[in-house]
Amino acid sequence: MTPGFHPKALRYIRPREVVVRFVFGGTVSVLAYLIAQHWGPVVGGLFLAFPAIFPASASLVEKHHREHVEGRIEKNPALGKGLDPKLQGRLAAGVDAAGAALGCLGLAAFAVTVWRELPRRHAWVVLAEAMTAWMVAALCAWLLERGRIERKMGVEYVDSSVHAARGTK
Amino acid sequence: MKILCKVRLGHKMGEILLRFLIGGCVVGAFALMGEVFRTKSFAGLFGAAPSVALATLGLTILHRGHTYAAIETRSMVAGAAAFFCYATLVSAVLVRFKTHTLWTTLAVMPVWFGVALGIYELVLRRLPV
Repeated sequence: MTPGFHPKALRYIRPREVVVRFVFGGTVSVLAYLIAQHWGPVVGGLFLAFPAIFPASASLVEKHHREHVEGRIEKNPALGKGLDPKLQGRLAAGVDAAGAALGCLGLAAFAVTVWRELPRRHAWVVLAEAMTAWMVAALCAWLLERGRIERKMGVEYVDSSVHAARGTK
Repeated sequence: MKILCKVRLGHKMGEILLRFLIGGCVVGAFALMGEVFRTKSFAGLFGAAPSVALATLGLTILHRGHTYAAIETRSMVAGAAAFFCYATLVSAVLVRFKTHTLWTTLAVMPVWFGVALGIYELVLRRLPV
């Protein structure tokens, strides 16, 4: 599995889905602020890593992948043998969640960098460093663990890259 | 006094609105980034991006100072550990049992609260503020 950049995927995102993410993101940012105001920064800080939009994102991953598989089966019925689009969607959401778990290591690296560096240095420099720490940690975790994820999914999960390899794209 | 209260309330509402707009934009942007990357496991990294922290820390530093924001991010490490447990369990359940995604992600949510509040109770509460 090699990562790829597919900006064309943005065409399939419905405006409603963008609005849902915007509203969830805005709401959790306000909630984190209000919790910190009421219970202090120690409790409020916990909610900076609250998986607020994760359920919405994961269900969209399931939906998009299910539609993707259904579309492929429609074009090439031979592909549909033993392939359930609904289960494929759920597996895709499972793979996405495994990636998010690895991303949490990056999230922790971001938090540790800000926590240790912020009292001593300029805020924007620290935030830039923390973003770099997030990217490096998340990427290293993914590079180390992607093989394990592949093995865990086995032959059950059909990724879009597999369709390309089968020549059905 | 009443005018002062109104000004403070107006200022607070303004800050809430600003946080909502910035939070919505940053979180939405990271979510869209997750859409344009393949494979799914790589795209999933963006599901745990520090989007909320990035959206709110700038304003927190501006209004409350560096020390306050540093305390928040110290707690965020515990939040990230809780997120790791939550996402790992969600992935395991979805792959093994292939249950409905939205219900699974919501049903497993107490794990995040349990781990985060457990670390708060056992570690963070005892640390100096």
